[in-house]
Amino acid sequence: MTLSLDITLGAQGFALKVAHSFEATGITALFGASGAGKSTLLRVIAGLEEAASGKVKFGNEVWQDSQNYVPPHKRGVGYVFQDARLFEHLDVAGNLRFAARRGRGKGPISFDPVVKTLDLAALLARRVAGLSGGERQRVAIGRTLLSNPQLLLMDEPLAALDHERKSRLLPYIARLPEAFGLPVIYVTHSIEEVTRLADQIVVLADGRLMAAGKVADVLARLDIAEASGKFEAGVVVEAVVTGEDAGFRLTHLDVAGQPMSMPASKVEIGAHLRLRIRARDVAIALKRPERVSIRNMLSAHILEIVEEAETAFAEVLLDIGGGERLRARITRASVADLGLSIGLPVVALIKSIAFDRRALPKA
Amino acid sequence: MSLPDLSPLWLSVQLALVTTLLLLVIGTPLAWWLATTRVRGRAIVEALTALPLVLPPTVLGFYLLIFLNPNSTLGGLWRDATGTGLTFSFSGLVLASAIYSLPFMVQPLQAGFEAVGRGPMEAAASLRASKLDAFFYVAVPLAKRGFLTGIVLSFAHTIGEFGVVLMVGGNIPGQTRVISIAIYEQVETLDYAQAHVLSAILLVFSFTVLLLVYTLNRRMPVRVG
Repeated sequence: MTLSLDITLGAQGFALKVAHSFEATGITALFGASGAGKSTLLRVIAGLEEAASGKVKFGNEVWQDSQNYVPPHKRGVGYVFQDARLFEHLDVAGNLRFAARRGRGKGPISFDPVVKTLDLAALLARRVAGLSGGERQRVAIGRTLLSNPQLLLMDEPLAALDHERKSRLLPYIARLPEAFGLPVIYVTHSIEEVTRLADQIVVLADGRLMAAGKVADVLARLDIAEASGKFEAGVVVEAVVTGEDAGFRLTHLDVAGQPMSMPASKVEIGAHLRLRIRARDVAIALKRPERVSIRNMLSAHILEIVEEAETAFAEVLLDIGGGERLRARITRASVADLGLSIGLPVVALIKSIAFDRRALPKA
Repeated sequence: MSLPDLSPLWLSVQLALVTTLLLLVIGTPLAWWLATTRVRGRAIVEALTALPLVLPPTVLGFYLLIFLNPNSTLGGLWRDATGTGLTFSFSGLVLASAIYSLPFMVQPLQAGFEAVGRGPMEAAASLRASKLDAFFYVAVPLAKRGFLTGIVLSFAHTIGEFGVVLMVGGNIPGQTRVISIAIYEQVETLDYAQAHVLSAILLVFSFTVLLLVYTLNRRMPVRVG
């Protein structure tokens, strides 16, 4: 299903203006810093911002244009709010049934599979007021699913949770598109959540569309640094597990035809992984150094150098072959000393990597 | 000591019941509108609704007498439709009481609806609930303290009214002779024994009602004027 947006919304001193069309499949991350307009855009899609003008179209259904405004309850859009918004006058089962009654016959999702997928059985008789933050969000997600939406919108559902609860809830969310055949738009300002969950990404900054496309492609672009913040900036590359070194406890990988290794993890040989490599963890050498502790060295070409005038730093975009890219954050002094220029062959030294256990869908 | 004539008490209870029901029907949409609208004219409607709190009952009664009498437009229409007048009748009393007690229903309801806020209503809409559906199954149960307070206060306030009844209803046994009017007359005719009984009933009743309201609302303060 294609979601087409061409909308404008002016709120006090802030204007959201987005014209973009994308295929809503799997999980699409709506990404940007706080105040970039992510939640507002999500509310526009859901029909909760009546002041928005322009056009919203999902598949063949026009949800909004100059003549029509389909009210939220007729759009078939599920919305998981940051603060869960459970109905306090009902218990957990009551909240779920509220949605199930109204979603009956609108789609294939029924009570038992939802309760099972989200582990809600033990919570059903509980009062809403006594639930923990993570439990509230699980109930909220289940409730939304039971309304049988055709599009699921999630507004930073993990923002209010601590790290442990977050990592417990992430797998539930990752499973949603496949388990219930439902496209998801997921608002977040966390790169980690983007790389763990999303197939594609839409980046907003100051109410404007900044970039959109496949996660790996978009994150490789230098200008996204502004939206993600320097500390978080990095890329996602695809890797295949090629072997294991039981003695040194390492897992061997193939990235763009070049060998890499990382601390051993429980992954099968042949599995596809997503590696997240932060720009600040990548150094550059002109030739392969000897007698250093760094094990991961990739041959690369320089594609782009962006010097940050007000700071000591520069960001360098590297091509490591196979359509994969790396970003390195180094000092401007190093750029000058090494005489780095576009097209120069270099070696990328990678200090550490993070990876996502979730296997990539076969493209 | 003879048993006092309790019919004024029953008349008051009847009047209060009918008035409260009528106010529930009128006051609920009005309170919802006041709680949710962002229209500029809202303040005017709010002020009009609160007017009976500050106006002397005699002023209100005087205007009602003018607007409800059979020679007025409204009173005339009512007489043509029902064959009875609105002044010095039970129907007229209900109308007058409803106007006089309006803020006691609308203000607790409005506070209740405002406490519900937009959050749960948006959640309901995202779960395919229409506005009316969300109102009855989300807003009303969440605002139930507001409803309880509004109902109890409207009922009690109607039981205790005097000035408006005197102006619009007069003192017709079985028709408009409510408990406060009966006490007034008993005092006028120096029948203190009877006045004592009815007064004591009203005193205990009023105290019980207020106790009930404050117990129910310890955690949710209600604006009553």
